[in-house]
Amino acid sequence: MQTPAPFTYERAGSVDDAVALLERHGPEARLVAGGHSLLPMMKLRLAQPEVLIDINDLTDLSYIRLDGSEIAIGAMSRHADLLDSPLLAEHYAIFADAERVIADPIVRNRGTIGGSFCQADPSEDLSAVGAALGAVLVVRGVDGTRQVPAREFHTGPYETVVGPAEILTEIRVPVRPGAGSAYAKVERRAGDWAIAAAGAFLTLDGDDVRDVGIGLTAVGASHFCAPAAEDALRGQPATDDNLASAAQVAAEATSPSTDQRGPADYKRHLAGELTLRALRRSVARARGEGA
Amino acid sequence: MQVTMTVNGTEVSRDVEPRLLLVHFVRDHLGLTGTHWGCDTSNCGTCVLWMDGEPVKSCTVLAAMADGRSIRTVEDLDTGGELDPLQQGFMQCHGLQCGFCTPGMLMTARWLLDRNPDPDETEIRDVISGQFCRCTGYENIVRSVRWAAEHPDGAAGDGEGTTDTAPATDGEEVTA
Repeated sequence: MQTPAPFTYERAGSVDDAVALLERHGPEARLVAGGHSLLPMMKLRLAQPEVLIDINDLTDLSYIRLDGSEIAIGAMSRHADLLDSPLLAEHYAIFADAERVIADPIVRNRGTIGGSFCQADPSEDLSAVGAALGAVLVVRGVDGTRQVPAREFHTGPYETVVGPAEILTEIRVPVRPGAGSAYAKVERRAGDWAIAAAGAFLTLDGDDVRDVGIGLTAVGASHFCAPAAEDALRGQPATDDNLASAAQVAAEATSPSTDQRGPADYKRHLAGELTLRALRRSVARARGEGA
Repeated sequence: MQVTMTVNGTEVSRDVEPRLLLVHFVRDHLGLTGTHWGCDTSNCGTCVLWMDGEPVKSCTVLAAMADGRSIRTVEDLDTGGELDPLQQGFMQCHGLQCGFCTPGMLMTARWLLDRNPDPDETEIRDVISGQFCRCTGYENIVRSVRWAAEHPDGAAGDGEGTTDTAPATDGEEVTA
């Protein structure tokens, strides 16, 4: 039987309450949302928080809405909410692409987007989506809120810029009219973590790439992104050759590790191939061609 | 700590350790052993029960997190002794062999049918994709769910006979 080490359980009634509880209990306290990453780590004693602060009552952080020229996603939005959101489907198909291959429908009822970012698993899918889209994360602490670009949010595996008395409250994504986006992942079996995965968005100016974002996960890409590949493609004609060249640049910038999911050279190959697939589909979607 | 929740329509209250998992709470503290405890890693899905109307893997939820919420387990599927059409479907179509995965399969499939009364095979396979069956190859589970979709009132609804019969492969009925 896997049992977490003993801890004290607290339940937050509001964001302010959560921050106050974090401040009172210090760095050995952890927030728990869906719990589907943290509780397994606690069972394996890889995480042993002294205090667990349950934030599942913070339903006011469960929303996906248009806010000016941005889409605002509350941190307590469940994976199932993201998968079913008509607003996200309208603007960014990358979300449904990714959510369809995150865990399974039952786990998606619990896991949250905020938890996914804060868990900061190096194979996490939404971190690559956020990096691709240039999302901005809103973090609240005692002294108010601050905004952190997704590409500066992670400081290492399982580590983020969120301080011990701070809580991620919102993920903001700029709306880009006419953008196409996509996510492509290879996993060992249904619902597993990625062997490798890539996401992209792309806007076109005629036949040229006006803007592009590329995110990668599970392959050791710094901050889950591929800026050199984006630079190589931006302003260029959206031809298959150019997409393939950019995908190659993205693959070369990765530093995957050999592990039980596969050897490093295979993962690097996947990084290139999946980036190419995500770019191709983004172009097709930007042109309004098929799903 | 004290937790209070509604389980299958009845309010229960117990003193538990904060680290107690919901699956052990319903099995060991409430004696509701219909919910099975399997992989302990949220992979196999035999521990699926409903919390506030949605299926969850109860090996990865703390009993403390269920405090104040509503729980439904497989024991609540029947109505006054009349099996849920899904349970009848699993009997009709041999949806189980060892039966270990069955409670989780039933609770997930009931959730599916409540939201989508006429799911196709792809939708059924998708919704149980986080649940393992080592006996049936899933084929008969899919058939069982389809049977329930086609018999929303159970076998009694269309006079197909009692629920303790199962169709043989040649179409003849064999009394269990």
